[in-house]
Amino acid sequence: MGLRAAGNLFQLPFKQKDFKLPNAYNINLTCTKATSIISSRSMDFPSAQFVPSRTMGNYEPIHQIGMWGENFKSIDNPDISASVIVDVANKLENESETTSHEMLAPSSKHDQEASKPFDKIQRRLAQNREAARKSRLRKKAYVQQLENSRLKLIQLEQELERARQQQGLYVGGGLEAGHLGISSAVNSGIAAFEMEYERWMEEQNKHMCELRSALHAQISDIELHILVETGMSHYFELFRLKSNVANADVFYVMSGTWKTSVERFFSWIGGFRPSELLKVLVPKIDPLTDQQILEVCNLKQSCQQAEDALSQGMEKLQETVSASLASGQMGQVTYIPQVSMAMEKFEALVRFVNQADHLRQETLQQMSYILTTRQSARALLVLGEYIQRLQALSTLWTNRPREPA
Amino acid sequence: MDKVVRLVSERGVVLFSKSTCCLCYAVKILFQELGVTPTVHEIDQDPEGRELERALMRLGCKAPVPAVFIGGKLVGSTNEVMSLHLSGGLIPLLKPYQALC
Repeated sequence: MGLRAAGNLFQLPFKQKDFKLPNAYNINLTCTKATSIISSRSMDFPSAQFVPSRTMGNYEPIHQIGMWGENFKSIDNPDISASVIVDVANKLENESETTSHEMLAPSSKHDQEASKPFDKIQRRLAQNREAARKSRLRKKAYVQQLENSRLKLIQLEQELERARQQQGLYVGGGLEAGHLGISSAVNSGIAAFEMEYERWMEEQNKHMCELRSALHAQISDIELHILVETGMSHYFELFRLKSNVANADVFYVMSGTWKTSVERFFSWIGGFRPSELLKVLVPKIDPLTDQQILEVCNLKQSCQQAEDALSQGMEKLQETVSASLASGQMGQVTYIPQVSMAMEKFEALVRFVNQADHLRQETLQQMSYILTTRQSARALLVLGEYIQRLQALSTLWTNRPREPA
Repeated sequence: MDKVVRLVSERGVVLFSKSTCCLCYAVKILFQELGVTPTVHEIDQDPEGRELERALMRLGCKAPVPAVFIGGKLVGSTNEVMSLHLSGGLIPLLKPYQALC
């Protein structure tokens, strides 16, 4: 422990103008002499390569510390005091003042170094440490400022867009500016959604905690019912938010851009597939009555049929867009007619996304009718936890250790 | 409006659609899966298509297609059809018109 502490104490933030160091030092420190250091001031250092970085403006001595630490491992006595470190610095400083581009010959110079006062060195080291600390604080403050500015910028852009739309004005004139206006509306729509979604997730986690503690406590069915209704409304709120951003950019919703990669993997038309959801939920809400089992079974089947219908409708949409784009001869100078035709089809995409969300909402609603209040509460909890697990998997996957290429 | 009323009272399950509308296609697929063959009126191919469209919208179909009528009564658009199906109410309505197989 003392060794590592020693390494940390001895920060080597050499500014080039303070120390004129040669490129490499050989410093010898033998373990047997460690205890006599304070008294005798004579030392042999084990061979260690200390290579001060040329670009030391930022006080980053980490790899130097590492090297020091490595070499101190061989020393038996862990109690190397600061004075050892100071003496090493002492030695180094003297080197910079006397010679340059010379290898240290430790044996001949020891007595000379030991006689120099080390107050000067200690002060210098302390100043360096202080300067490093101040620099870190400045950097932290700067980053904080950048973050705040970024948020402010997003807000300003949104306000600007709102003001523009109200006045029906676009800065400048002509098609180009109009185009700019539209795309910034898209951006602000997306930015607004992302902020709202972040808030939504925070609310969601709060709901989960409330539900969890409510199920363990002995709260009345009426109170539990309120919690269930709140939970359901929260999901319906998300569908509403999605509908808004779908009008701004339907592909944003289709791609599930705001979600983690694993959630996107399971995505169907911009969200979870209702029948899949039922498959996850139902086994966790035991025990169900026979009547309930029948009703859930019917619900699952209806979901499946509705999903199939929508999926086939989506395929048809792809076919028609593709056919529009490919119509006429290829290799023509202009293909605006084909592209315009295809654009009209994309209006339908927004309807599909809304329809899929409607299906999700209906599924949740029907489940709440089939299940008891307690079962519904449990179902909401299972759903929330399942999503959390998907997100956790995503994080884990992104951070998995990888072999260097 | 008269034409709409006439068309829907003729057969059991009537679907107003447009040949280019993919959501209408989805509804057709759903009926197919449920064993029903609705009478489909492609209003974009009907000379009185505009009138039909206006009539449907006055009846409450915002889209205006797809619009589903069963037994002469308006069920609604895709939303209503889906909700009805998930709640288990669609199949009983379709029972008299399902293909016997």
